[in-house]
Amino acid sequence: MNSTLARWVLAAATFAPTFALAQDATGAGATFPAPVYAKWTDAYNKATGARINYQSVGSGAGLNQIRAKTVDFGASDMPLTDEALAKDGLLQFPTVIGGVVPVINVAGIAPGTLKLTGSVLGDIFLGKVSKWNDAAIAALNPGVSLPDAAIAVVRRADGSGTTFIFTNYLSKVNADWRSKVGEGTAVNWPTGAGGKGNEGVSAFVQRLPNSIGYVESAYAKQNKMNTVQMRNQAGSFVSPVDANFKAAAAGADWAKSFYQILTDQPGKDSWPITGATFIMMHKLQDKPAQAAAVLKFFDWSYSNGDKMAADLDYVPLPDSVRVLVHKEWGRITDANGNVAYAAAK
Amino acid sequence: MAATLPAGPFPGEETIARSEPTPRPPARSARAPWGDRLFAAAALSAALLTLALLAGIIVSLLIGAAPAVQEYGLSFLVRSEWDPVQNRYGGLVMIYGTLMSSFIALLIAVPVSFGIALFLTELSPRWLKRPLGVAIELLAAVPSIVYGMWGLLVFGPILARFVQGPLQSAFGHVPVLGGLFSGPPVGLGLLSAGIILAIMIIPFIASVMRDVFEVTPPMLKESAYGLGSTTWEVMWRVVLPYTKTGVVGGIMLGLGRALGETMAVTFVIGNMNQLSSLSLFEAANSITSALANEFAEAGAGLHQASLIYLGLVLFFITFVVLSLSKLLLMRLELGEGSKS
Repeated sequence: MNSTLARWVLAAATFAPTFALAQDATGAGATFPAPVYAKWTDAYNKATGARINYQSVGSGAGLNQIRAKTVDFGASDMPLTDEALAKDGLLQFPTVIGGVVPVINVAGIAPGTLKLTGSVLGDIFLGKVSKWNDAAIAALNPGVSLPDAAIAVVRRADGSGTTFIFTNYLSKVNADWRSKVGEGTAVNWPTGAGGKGNEGVSAFVQRLPNSIGYVESAYAKQNKMNTVQMRNQAGSFVSPVDANFKAAAAGADWAKSFYQILTDQPGKDSWPITGATFIMMHKLQDKPAQAAAVLKFFDWSYSNGDKMAADLDYVPLPDSVRVLVHKEWGRITDANGNVAYAAAK
Repeated sequence: MAATLPAGPFPGEETIARSEPTPRPPARSARAPWGDRLFAAAALSAALLTLALLAGIIVSLLIGAAPAVQEYGLSFLVRSEWDPVQNRYGGLVMIYGTLMSSFIALLIAVPVSFGIALFLTELSPRWLKRPLGVAIELLAAVPSIVYGMWGLLVFGPILARFVQGPLQSAFGHVPVLGGLFSGPPVGLGLLSAGIILAIMIIPFIASVMRDVFEVTPPMLKESAYGLGSTTWEVMWRVVLPYTKTGVVGGIMLGLGRALGETMAVTFVIGNMNQLSSLSLFEAANSITSALANEFAEAGAGLHQASLIYLGLVLFFITFVVLSLSKLLLMRLELGEGSKS
């Protein structure tokens, strides 16, 4: 009887972070990494008994909460610039990498064979290229029989980090896109139907003939969707596979700043629409014990969580970046300048 | 003992021997004199709480929307631009989408509900009445997200294939009508949203209509039938005038639900913030859908304020709809007075 009661209380505590005990750390933010954070926190809890609560409320809300210090860490798919971080006394570090993948549903095109460039992709989402047999697409795909059908564009309706990565890439490679639409977690889409969440977009694309959309690579993989090859900055056509996401992350200059948007990276294997997801914390901690609990959790996850992340189709950080993250943690201190948590090397 | 009784109206009554009614009712108020007052106070505070909540919601909406109100004023209602990147906002697309989808829903739901209620009260065989009534009420219990998923996965493709395709090929070249049916053949848009909403509000309207039709005194109906009226004449001339308050109330209940419905609409309306054509098949957006989609990621500032402004507009629309229905009822009653 008592143990049943205890279990209920435990369950209630999991869902009500406000009632969490003092040593429990709480975070809030991006929905994209939520599955892997949930898996990590669960495994971490089983391994150590410590509890980390993560609420996937969206990147924007997560940033608001960490600024207001209602949570111990915030999470966002959109990195903050160094100036923005300095203004709020925050620092950020990446946790996992994911790719954004254009997916299509066109009869007669074999999975993974259609080739596109960034500028053509931008023109499709601008509505300028509106037929599948448009000369711009045909020129990239000699020998592929493209149907004479209108392209049904599908994109996110809700604000999301996925959209930020995607529109950031289009802004880099398509001048028209940059001037007319721009980049952001939500933009003024010139055309297309909006699906809610990655699952909404993948459902639309799977059901609408002659459609094109973009989803997190995990969704494309799980739903076995028809992905496209993109031409990267080095000029080679690459497929959306984990090794190519990792190549894009390795190419970035993380030593300079963690403000790295991994779209359109150099390197012949780099997938051009890649992004990392970030954790934001205050540099000066009122509650250093809480910060230490958070950092201990991420340290544990870096060492033990790769397999779990890979199972969920996320790409773990390259080792070189982890060393830099460990170094960055040294900047989180209490009021007396004592380092909150010393990472085990 | 008899002397304590109040004096009767007839002289000499006191002289008549009468038996005391036994037992006397217990003197409740004497035992708990504050009971009634306590109950009244509790009821009053419940009523006041509602008012306070309402006022609180309006005030917090006003405060939240203040930056957008200052920036755009009432021009927000007619601006069709919604651009989070440039930080420019206008609510026309969402307001149009909300009103139009609800209008389509009512256009479909009211006649169908009337038919359902008519059948259930007048025509249905006794054995079918209960199962049918229960089935309709069960429809109201289906969560709205289920309607949304069904609309997206099942109904949308059917609509695109069997309705939009033929309509476009038949009317595509007719000037005005063709424009009404244009758009990518994906089965998403205002019409889908309106039809899904209609399915969602039919149970509400139909069960209210059935309930009020059933309370029509049988004598009235029997008399009309006795005079040789058809079922239609009885419904139209006797039952409907007798129950019009309830019927209008039921329709307003349905309209209120249609205006505020979020989840089902967001799945099928297409969520497009452009007002490029008035086509029923063009992806559009509604106020609730925009709020649900964008609020979590909206940055503090004008974006959030504009979303809250939209919420305020929805609040106002609902208020106007309710007031109009009250006005309509008052007009109907006035008309009745002058007739007799």
